[in-house]
Amino acid sequence: MDFVFTDEQRMIAETAQAFFTENATSERTRAAMAGDGIDHALWQAFCQELGLSGIGIPEAAGGAGLGLVELAIIAEAAGAQVAALPMLGSLALTAQAIAAGGSETQREAWLPALLAGETIAAHVAADDLVAEGDRLTGSCAFVAHGTAAQLLLVSGAGGSWLVRADAPGVTVTAQTTMDQTRPYARVTLAGAEGEPLADPQAGSRAATEAGMVVLAAEGLGLAQAALDRTVAYARDRVQFGRAIGSFQAYKHRLADMMVEIEQARSAVYWAACAVEEGSDEAALALHAAKCFCADTAFRCAGDMIQLHGGIGFTWEHDAHLFFKRARALQTLMGKNDWHRDKIAAMVLGETA
Amino acid sequence: MKLGFTPAQEEFRAECADWLNAQMAGEFADIRGITTLTEKAERRKEWEQHLGEHGWSCIGWPKEWGGRDASLAEQVIFAEEYARAGVPGRVNHIGIELAGPTLLALGTEEQKRRFLPDIAAGKTIFCQGFSEPNAGSDLASVRTKARLEGGEWVVDGQKIWTSLAHISDWIFVVTRSEEGSKGPKGLTFLMMELDQPGIEIRPIRQINGDAEFNETFFDGARCPEDSLIGAVGDGWRVAMTLLSFERGVSTLGQQMAFRNELDAIIAAAKANGAASDPLIRQRIAKAEIGLRLMRYGALRMLSNTDHASVDGAALTYKIQWASWRRSLGELAMDVLGQAGEVTDHDGYEWPMLPNLFLYSRADTIYGGTNQIQRNLIAERGLGLPREPRGDA
Repeated sequence: MDFVFTDEQRMIAETAQAFFTENATSERTRAAMAGDGIDHALWQAFCQELGLSGIGIPEAAGGAGLGLVELAIIAEAAGAQVAALPMLGSLALTAQAIAAGGSETQREAWLPALLAGETIAAHVAADDLVAEGDRLTGSCAFVAHGTAAQLLLVSGAGGSWLVRADAPGVTVTAQTTMDQTRPYARVTLAGAEGEPLADPQAGSRAATEAGMVVLAAEGLGLAQAALDRTVAYARDRVQFGRAIGSFQAYKHRLADMMVEIEQARSAVYWAACAVEEGSDEAALALHAAKCFCADTAFRCAGDMIQLHGGIGFTWEHDAHLFFKRARALQTLMGKNDWHRDKIAAMVLGETA
Repeated sequence: MKLGFTPAQEEFRAECADWLNAQMAGEFADIRGITTLTEKAERRKEWEQHLGEHGWSCIGWPKEWGGRDASLAEQVIFAEEYARAGVPGRVNHIGIELAGPTLLALGTEEQKRRFLPDIAAGKTIFCQGFSEPNAGSDLASVRTKARLEGGEWVVDGQKIWTSLAHISDWIFVVTRSEEGSKGPKGLTFLMMELDQPGIEIRPIRQINGDAEFNETFFDGARCPEDSLIGAVGDGWRVAMTLLSFERGVSTLGQQMAFRNELDAIIAAAKANGAASDPLIRQRIAKAEIGLRLMRYGALRMLSNTDHASVDGAALTYKIQWASWRRSLGELAMDVLGQAGEVTDHDGYEWPMLPNLFLYSRADTIYGGTNQIQRNLIAERGLGLPREPRGDA
């Protein structure tokens, strides 16, 4: 038992933080928001120059090895900048699903391009999916970064398929989305040809685990950054002849944010370790991390607006980027109430 | 970063659990499952002496002072198994968690020899004399006076909220030893024997009907000149060192006691049908999440041994657990409904869950109120400007 970062993990964290702070600037993120919600140059740099895109993917599958803790470290750093990147769809969901559930051919065909950032993938959770052989019919209205994707990971009807976005029968329609750093598209499949994952259960499990850890870590990074930026403002801004951060009504709210964030930090790394170590707490930890961190992110982003006063409500200030991303975190991969009800069922002994 | 324990540590866990369960099933069966600090205090002193005899009292302490040089992981394991086995909390918790570590850090060799083995053996029970009627959150404004007279310290004044003073042998007291000094300057940290004519202890009855806390009056109370820890006038630093030990391994044991409380709520909810209420289910899940995060926060805090940076997990821990437990008490009552508002006892005594509801209102007050915690977090953790201070 040693629940602190190793030296290597600390180094990865510093590298990732420096990279995103320097490159995922407000200006660049806003340029991406005007397009398909991805800073493509940043994604290329992240995948190819920084070489961290293969983290969490076994070396045997063409990845960089390491595990979910390191993946969480990167997602936390990206979340702190509300970076406009397809980390969730391309890496956490699709690359993980292929690495864990794909055949050797599928891994060789798709992983190098995904990890190099040459192919972008999005996840289509189609509740109404009908599969006739490998011909897929169904739809999903909330496919994150759907318009940018060349590859779709389609799940539903108990299976998982890889579908080329330009295949006949695939329609992708952009939706104006509140969070412009991860816009949704409506994807409709009308008899589109899919390539089934060799082991859909393994693929789906790996994607769910990595996806929930990445979302939780993103929420943690976002919440911490919202706090840090608000603290900086509270020290600078003077009213009634005092820095506003000296007023208890103000500083206590910041303190409450920190209390939540410290718990969120425990949640993210507990979940990542529990999955890595095959602990029997893993399922509970994932649900806990997802809902707790999403709630923390939302609370801190909302407080960020409130504690900045009028400037926090402007388009010009970045607070709304945090707030909108935090809102999206609450519903991605299951609403928080749903996760909590899963936990209640576990502790009430309703599940095997 | 790793959460799991090694096979050797798991073996140690089994050893702890076996021994504790055997004691609780045998000679000490009558105290198993007690959740208050006051019930059957004399029997519990015997239990703590028994722990000392078998070397299980202060396992993290050096062997020479009655410990067993246990590693951090072993201390974590023992604390968890202790509570899991339904062993009651330590009546000498002030001695083993605060006085002992402070003596280890700042005491002279002579003081260590004199106190540590007896604290570990459960023969010297300590209580804490910090707060006063006019020095609560503002601890530095203590007025209890100490002066040197004929090779002895003579102490006059009043302490309050001295938990378990009525069953303790010794008290450590923060005194004002420099006439006319103010705030944290001019304070001296003394250790005094309670059983003497100059000290009077009066119980304070609390909202749950119990009387764990006391007022302690000093009227010409005495102790030898060498009874101080640190130097004359250095009492504030000693007191702050002592308080830094409040977040030690014992928090893990405390959490296992919380686990037992939450389990009792879950059992009650299943028994009376509250478990099917979606709102109750959400609150049970939140309580479960909060408890787990408390454990992992504590493990982060304990793993962070180099203290290179401000330890956010440590700084936020008090308000986190206190607020969590207060909510737990409310959840307990909402699960029980009106049945929680009546007791089968003839006197004003409450079963575990209603007592939790009442007692937990103290959690967010003692050891630094939630308001003071927020000031500390904002000022030390976030570097925000300090509260303006009055002149008084």
